[in-house]
Amino acid sequence: MIDAAATPLQLSAPSLGALLFQFLNSFGFIILATVGLAIIFGMMGVINLAHGEFILIGVYGTALTYHAGIPLPLAMVAGVVVTTIFGVIVERTVVRHLYDRLLDSMVATWGLALVISQLLLIVFGSSLDSISTPMGSVSYGPFSSSIYRSIFLPIVAVAVLGGLYVLFTRTEFGVKARATIKDPETARAMGVDTDRMYVSTFAIGSALAGLTGALYAPALGSITPNRGSTFLVEAFVAVVVGGPSVIVGTLSASAVLSVFNATGSFFFGTFIGQMLLLLVAIVALRLLPDGITGYVKDWQQRRRAEQ
Amino acid sequence: MSDSVDAEASVLDRLRGRLEGPNTYGNSLTFWVGFVVVIGLLAAYPQTTDPYTVIQTSRYFALAFLALSLSFIWGYAGVLSFGQVAFFGVAAYTFGIIGLNFSSATGIMAGVVGAVLVGTAVAAVVGYFMFYGGVRDTYVTIMTLVIALVLNTFMAQTAGSEWAVGAAQLGGFNGMDIPSLTLGIGQTGFELERAALYYALLGALVVTYLGLRVLVNSSFGLTMVAIREDEARTKTFGYDVPFIKLVVFTIGGALAAVGGVFYGSWGNYIDPTVFGIAFAALPVVWVSVGGRESLLGALGATVLIERMRTELSSGIGPIGSEWALVIVGGLLLGVILFMPAGVVPTVDDLITQLRSRRTERGQSTNTPEEAVE
Repeated sequence: MIDAAATPLQLSAPSLGALLFQFLNSFGFIILATVGLAIIFGMMGVINLAHGEFILIGVYGTALTYHAGIPLPLAMVAGVVVTTIFGVIVERTVVRHLYDRLLDSMVATWGLALVISQLLLIVFGSSLDSISTPMGSVSYGPFSSSIYRSIFLPIVAVAVLGGLYVLFTRTEFGVKARATIKDPETARAMGVDTDRMYVSTFAIGSALAGLTGALYAPALGSITPNRGSTFLVEAFVAVVVGGPSVIVGTLSASAVLSVFNATGSFFFGTFIGQMLLLLVAIVALRLLPDGITGYVKDWQQRRRAEQ
Repeated sequence: MSDSVDAEASVLDRLRGRLEGPNTYGNSLTFWVGFVVVIGLLAAYPQTTDPYTVIQTSRYFALAFLALSLSFIWGYAGVLSFGQVAFFGVAAYTFGIIGLNFSSATGIMAGVVGAVLVGTAVAAVVGYFMFYGGVRDTYVTIMTLVIALVLNTFMAQTAGSEWAVGAAQLGGFNGMDIPSLTLGIGQTGFELERAALYYALLGALVVTYLGLRVLVNSSFGLTMVAIREDEARTKTFGYDVPFIKLVVFTIGGALAAVGGVFYGSWGNYIDPTVFGIAFAALPVVWVSVGGRESLLGALGATVLIERMRTELSSGIGPIGSEWALVIVGGLLLGVILFMPAGVVPTVDDLITQLRSRRTERGQSTNTPEEAVE
């Protein structure tokens, strides 16, 4: 986090630097909070309302193994693995019955979210010991920023999106997965095991949620069973603003939203930053009901039609 | 003599005609007799039980408005909102603010009107942005939830003394005091508390329920259901879909606002948890379990589930109060998976099936088997 110095702020080099780091911090956070949700929504149309709790399972998996004496990177792997296994179980028992009932799938996953966060509270108590943020921080003028949050995590976030792009466009699995989503019957006729594709896509979404949890476990401060909703608002807003295309949508929405969020947070505090985020989302929805990528797609089609 | 009886009967028939239709469950004389009996029992309930239970039951009734509001917009128009608690909470806060600043009976009555108007107006603005913006389905659901969550964040940081409207301190998570409902003029008024509040709520609930039945069985109700079933086709028939959705959503917001006023004055207290994700889930649970296409199912489920939560709050045997949310969440999950329409529609289906099987059996003695297919 950035400790904003005493107001009034002048636009000097250090304060511009601080604004940039705030932007990167927020950019990384929104991408990572969104990507798991966006994969499952973009590919399968299912909004996983337990997304925040999936992330929380990643946080708990990481924190518990770390406190058991395992080094942090390995503990993070454990967090991802636990969340992925959990995601596969949820897909097999709950979500698979609801693929053609989207609103119901939201309601059911909300029930799941209540159960998960309350069970975490019952089993592990009201909080876990926090993990200190690695990598230290960089100071410049009156400001300081965490290297982990403002440099490392944004890089990881962009790398994750790049990896997904390659996975879904350049590999046989990606082509089969997209074929399944576009037209399940034709895909089946071509010999694609669509059932397996659904599980795999949901597993990837869950793994990404787990990864987010693992990465933010040392950056959250106190770890409590209600931290899931920390991620939820940003993730929802970014999915809505981004629109149907998963990777480009997540990237562009995160960029746009974090500009507003960072500027608001930097000058007026985190609360105004979050309000601004919502305001932008509502205005964006009024103007672009299918999100940024939906608008771009429309525009391309219109241009093609004109030619 | 017989003329007046006939006239009475025809008035009753006409009334029943307005209240019954394809959009509601319970369209028989048996149902109405049962309905009157249940109202009678509920009216006698405060005489037969302890004051604590009466006060708790009043709370369930206040929450039932929230259930009616969601059942109306989701069950009949297909607009799933996770944020009805936003209008509920906004109305409760507004009522508190007006009531604390103008503490006379007139002020409090103005507070009721003002709070319902503000809650309704917020719903109308949100609805305008969503429906005229072309926001659909899951996006509506997400937006409404986000609005509730942001209000939660906003109210949570209002603990400081600078967050006050006149004499009313918003108070952040310390909450805000809210005056009791009072009927009267000037300084003389009759405070609605305990049994009086119970009867006021029961009356308001019955009137609202019957009013909604008339509405959903009217031609407007048919249009709502048409939009739920096929939005594009309804639009082709020349209906102004965004406008109808906006009207429906605004009515839903008004219902939630009425509930919020009752709820706030019931506890003389409101805090930001009304906008929280756990509270926002409750209306969805009640309505899903009771049956979203049944107003009565939503009402019944609200009272039963909330009653169960109250009982659990003191713990039953090895199950402590912390398990209440697990059970509620599990209930929601189970109903969606195994009884997607909810309890009332499923039971109604079973009864219809049993009846038709019985009549079939009666007919099958003189009809050949093949004719059934």
